[in-house]
Amino acid sequence: MAKKIVTALLGAAVLGMGAQAAQADTLSDVKAKGFVQCGVNSSLAGFAAPDAQGNYAGFDVDYCKAIAAAVFGDATKVKYTPTTAKERFPALQSGEVDVLARNTTWTINRDTALGFNFRPVNYYDGQGFMVRKSLNVKSALELSGAAVCVQTGTTTELNLADYFKANNLQYNPVVFEKIEEVNAAYDAGRCDVYTTDQSGLYAIRLTLAAPDDHMVLPEIISKEPLAPAVRQGDDKWFDIVSWVHYALINAEEFGVTQANVEEMKNSPNPDIKRFLGAEADSTIGADLGLDNEWAVNVIKAVGNYGEVFDRNIGAGSPLKIERGLNALWTKGGIQYAPPIR
Amino acid sequence: MASTQTSYVRTQMIAAEPPPPGVTGVAHWLKTNLFATTKDTILTVIALLLLAWYVPQMLNWLFFDAQWTGTDRTFCATVVQSGGSQPEGWSGACWAFIGSRFDQFIFGRYPIDERWRPTLVGISFVALLVPLLIPKVPYKGWNAILLFAVLPIVSFFLLVGGVFGLRHVETSLWGGLMVTLILSFVGMAVSFPLGILLALGRRSPMPVIKTLCVTFIEIVRGVPLITVLFMASVMLPLFMPQGVTVDRFLRALIGFSIFASAYMAEVIRGGLQAIPKGQYEGADSLGFSYWQKTGLIVLPQAIKIVIPGIVNTFIGMFKDTSLVSIIGMFDLLGIIRQNFADVSWASPVTPLTGLIFAGFVFWIFCFGMSRYSMFVERRLDTGHKR
Repeated sequence: MAKKIVTALLGAAVLGMGAQAAQADTLSDVKAKGFVQCGVNSSLAGFAAPDAQGNYAGFDVDYCKAIAAAVFGDATKVKYTPTTAKERFPALQSGEVDVLARNTTWTINRDTALGFNFRPVNYYDGQGFMVRKSLNVKSALELSGAAVCVQTGTTTELNLADYFKANNLQYNPVVFEKIEEVNAAYDAGRCDVYTTDQSGLYAIRLTLAAPDDHMVLPEIISKEPLAPAVRQGDDKWFDIVSWVHYALINAEEFGVTQANVEEMKNSPNPDIKRFLGAEADSTIGADLGLDNEWAVNVIKAVGNYGEVFDRNIGAGSPLKIERGLNALWTKGGIQYAPPIR
Repeated sequence: MASTQTSYVRTQMIAAEPPPPGVTGVAHWLKTNLFATTKDTILTVIALLLLAWYVPQMLNWLFFDAQWTGTDRTFCATVVQSGGSQPEGWSGACWAFIGSRFDQFIFGRYPIDERWRPTLVGISFVALLVPLLIPKVPYKGWNAILLFAVLPIVSFFLLVGGVFGLRHVETSLWGGLMVTLILSFVGMAVSFPLGILLALGRRSPMPVIKTLCVTFIEIVRGVPLITVLFMASVMLPLFMPQGVTVDRFLRALIGFSIFASAYMAEVIRGGLQAIPKGQYEGADSLGFSYWQKTGLIVLPQAIKIVIPGIVNTFIGMFKDTSLVSIIGMFDLLGIIRQNFADVSWASPVTPLTGLIFAGFVFWIFCFGMSRYSMFVERRLDTGHKR
């Protein structure tokens, strides 16, 4: 009940915002103030975390940089607002941030009632289970009666309840507020199973005393398409955020990298030349209200999708997450971008 | 008459005898305090065994097995954890993590080449605070004005920048111990005078002032601090026109000061109520005005009584600053916890080390405040203590 009231209140607040958002022109606002205000996770391994110099770095942070590069040709013209799970939506609704790149799952409720637009899924995630190998469990369906460690207040907790109910299994939730409490509890053996998004399970394995004693079960019990979000009613800005992602995907498909982007402008392939704004009649920038070389700037700033992935969460990082669903469609994944034409 | 007079009264004192054997010294102390009865002996032995079992392990973990230097997680992870260099089964504090992130824990994400500014503020703060705390040093009045009036203004311009050619540094980049100290210093500096006024107002015979003060205190004190901060951070922006934002740090600072004032008011009211009616009547009979009576007779006695309560509130406030992490500001604890997510330091011992470090820093400050308050209590003791 309390939840319904909160939703209704939020909805009312959003309706109020909607009137303003209809005339909103985020691109002009952003250009006027000279930087993109980007909402990121306050700390999530590989997606957004401070580095040794205290600068934010990570997969989502690179998307913020890419958007800044597309708009200004300068990836440093971005400011970050670290947000918690509860704060992120009001921050976007109120206009405190221009775009939310914060490992946010695209759901119907958020897309409609909360008044956001999500489009390009930049990371396909899903909730999984990690168990001790010594349990001799091969499937989540054998977990009846298990004690499950889970962080409270997340969709993870709800998915867990749904899954066990749907399969008519008993379980014993061991809930914690903070992620490091969950880690410590699991490592100390207070529960048999750890459940969270698969990307998170990889980060957690790094902090276990003996990672090789644990395995991730094959079941993925939820779809968690993570996508950047913007406010509804500003299609121009929505297009820019979407096409930044599509540019990253197309760049990987074309083999355009941070290192070779300048020489690729002379590529014999007209698709690539058009993409990089090197064709004489290219309007790919003007159509979006950006510079014709915006894609070049994006790739110079962060590289293509594969490079962003590898550097932050993939093989080039301690997390070593497999591409899996996030591989290009040509390589068995489902990352697919519309053509640039 | 030159006869010698005999007397039964000695003319000089007998030198003190040494105490009988067995009632002084270590052995006696042990016997009376630790091994007096069988029950005591059993408890002592159990406690000693626990200490003998626990202390060496703790020292090993904290110091002897600890990793003091290193540049990334491989120094604090074991060989079975992908890429670690420690032997299997190793566990020890990862002080290298603290070392490599120390600057960040102090300044947050404040730009590196601008960190001399908070450093300068910190040095001048200490330089002004220490003489104020030592009773013998003269010029207390000027010192207080510099500390409570001049320093905040100078610090504001120095930290925020944007004037005199200083680069503007927005508060979202502030963090670490710097934020903890600013929040608690401002909270203390505002709440003490405001608390006194509220406490006096609550005891005032004037109905309007009294109602205002009671309402303020009861409303603010009746709401959890976390709610105040959360409302300020989440709900406030929704009601503001688009694009208008009040700085988060300022919101937290205001919420904090208001909250602390309400608590302080009640502590000071406790002191005011302990002053006997005769003191008020005495002041009245001397023809003192209200402010003379309050300032010269009542408050000096009342505040002296409630020093433990005031310091208790200050210490509570100092620790409450870590609640700002729920509104996306990173105090010392917040920034340490934020760094746990950095995969280049991910290891089983990193979070534990970070939390121990945070606890230690908080303890140093709180312990310092507590000891100083005991010193002040002793100094102001005028024989009323029981």
